[in-house]
Amino acid sequence: MSKPRPAPLDYLARWPLRLWIGLVAVFLYAPLLTLMAFSFNESRRNIVWTGFTLDWYGTVFKDGPLLEAFANSLTIAFLSTLVSVILGALVAVACWRFRFPFKPAFEGALALPIVVPEICMGVAMLVFFSRIMPWPSDLIWPLNLGAITIAHISFSFPFVAVIVRARLVSFNRELEEAAKDLGASEWRAFIDVLVPHMRPALIAGALLAFTLSLDDFVITFFTAGPDTVTFPVKVYSMVRFSVTPEVNAASTLLIVLTVALTAIGLKLQGRDIAKTEGS
Amino acid sequence: MAAPLIRIEGVSKRFGDFAAVDEVSLEIGEGEFFALLGPSGCGKTTLLRMLAGLEVPTEGRIVIDGKDMTNVPPNKRPVNMVFQSYAVFPHMTVAQNIAYGLRIDGVPEKERQARMYDALGLVKLEGLEHRKPDQLSGGQRQRVALARALVKRPRVLLLDEPLSALDAKLREAMRSELAIIQEKVGVTFVMVTHDQDEALAMATRCGVMHRGRLQQVATPSDLYEYPANRFVADFIGSVNMFEGKLAVDDPGQALIRIDGLGSTIWVDHGVTGATDSTVWAALRPEKIELFHRDPDAAPPALATGTPQGANLLAGTVRHLSYLGSETVYEIDVGGDRIVKVLRSNVRRYEERGFDYDQPVWLTWSPRSPAVLLS
Repeated sequence: MSKPRPAPLDYLARWPLRLWIGLVAVFLYAPLLTLMAFSFNESRRNIVWTGFTLDWYGTVFKDGPLLEAFANSLTIAFLSTLVSVILGALVAVACWRFRFPFKPAFEGALALPIVVPEICMGVAMLVFFSRIMPWPSDLIWPLNLGAITIAHISFSFPFVAVIVRARLVSFNRELEEAAKDLGASEWRAFIDVLVPHMRPALIAGALLAFTLSLDDFVITFFTAGPDTVTFPVKVYSMVRFSVTPEVNAASTLLIVLTVALTAIGLKLQGRDIAKTEGS
Repeated sequence: MAAPLIRIEGVSKRFGDFAAVDEVSLEIGEGEFFALLGPSGCGKTTLLRMLAGLEVPTEGRIVIDGKDMTNVPPNKRPVNMVFQSYAVFPHMTVAQNIAYGLRIDGVPEKERQARMYDALGLVKLEGLEHRKPDQLSGGQRQRVALARALVKRPRVLLLDEPLSALDAKLREAMRSELAIIQEKVGVTFVMVTHDQDEALAMATRCGVMHRGRLQQVATPSDLYEYPANRFVADFIGSVNMFEGKLAVDDPGQALIRIDGLGSTIWVDHGVTGATDSTVWAALRPEKIELFHRDPDAAPPALATGTPQGANLLAGTVRHLSYLGSETVYEIDVGGDRIVKVLRSNVRRYEERGFDYDQPVWLTWSPRSPAVLLS
């Protein structure tokens, strides 16, 4: 008698699969957990655990340049998200609704920032902002972040456009016509009917744009000046001297912040989709 | 009819070479329940959308309530529409949906609420005002769409295939309910449908469209009994069509000779066509009488004055479909020609019914055939 075929989930009980799961967990989560754990380590050196402390978090909040870099990052991320979402949504609506000359070329060009290697984008931005359109270097905050923000917008908004464009496919055009039929102007119908439909995609796009901007290193590194250091660039320069638990503490804060934002975003999105699916 | 509420004057809608609507002229009066009827792709929906302002005519003029509306956008017309998909706003409650148009118009909160509840009562959705559309059935969503349009007190309500998405039972109920609502609010209804039963049952007048052209505008009974051409005769109900030549055409009678048919068709009225021209006689299945054909018995008596060899046809039952209230017989009358005859099942049983392969006589009154010139 042959052995009965195992049910799909039975494979989980076999050692090769368990090993695989274990490896994934080790390489994906172990570094993160280690990083977080050692942010509470008393020792200055990251390798030996000597005792629990919250001092490194205190150090982070007393480290002026690091805090400034953090504030810069958040400001850039906020501005770039805001503009990317608006720009991306408008581009998506334009591509969805209208036919115009060279539309395929336009749509192709739009995807370029998604596919072009980041290092090339970085070098391109460096050349652009140093030679072709130099950004004044001694502006007051936050205007001095302009070059980085523009660079971030240029690679974030195509992602928003792609997400919103996908969402628009499921839109029932009669909804918009109904709004107009009931007296709404073109603008009113857009705000009252199309925007609510796009909302989940706008949230998802915003989330993506925010995290893309917040942790971007390469492009930022090439466009940042001495007085416009962002968090990832600052951490990089700190690490070049030595990895102290202060870096761990700062990174942990960033992880917690992004995870929290993602959770909020997903929750909003989930509620929205549930609401609009009944149409 | 007083001054018509809607005047469509030579309206066409062209997409490149293709005319979706081709020089349609039509007048619809105040308080009418008008149905635009036709197969899919005949241009009826395009015409309706031009009334709503969602499409702009390529040619012609649309006048509503004495004002030229041809180029007026949809949000500035005294017209509201119930869409085929209902288009109920999914992110708003029933109450918000119904009050949407009033909110746009800036109707004060108090009046808005009162009118919203009136409309809610009219479509019998009381108690559901705080529901979201995804918590409603299809029929309820349609009622929301109806209330949302009527609450604005339009001069004209447009309905795009209002019953097509409902199941059969609900469709039946909604038919009479729409008619009742129309009577109550007194608004002019213009409905688009491909379902002839729907149009005949609900409308006071119907316009039949085909290939962008208006074929005939008439009351439901005139449409059925006096079709203007072959398309209308064939589209509305079932019909036996005979192509022939006009042999006699007097003011009081006409005779049509049909190739390969064992009978001529005689009607008791003139046709005003040229003798020898090609005409068509349309004979509805229920207007043909069926008799048993025995070799030794005389054929059934015909109307007085019927010429020899007219309105009497010998045939054989080839097929029958029993439908409960009636039976449809398919009679072979020779020459590869099948004639459909419909008989109501008046009694529960017959001494001698009609069965497969039985020889029969078909007769009809000289008033039954409709003679068509095109």
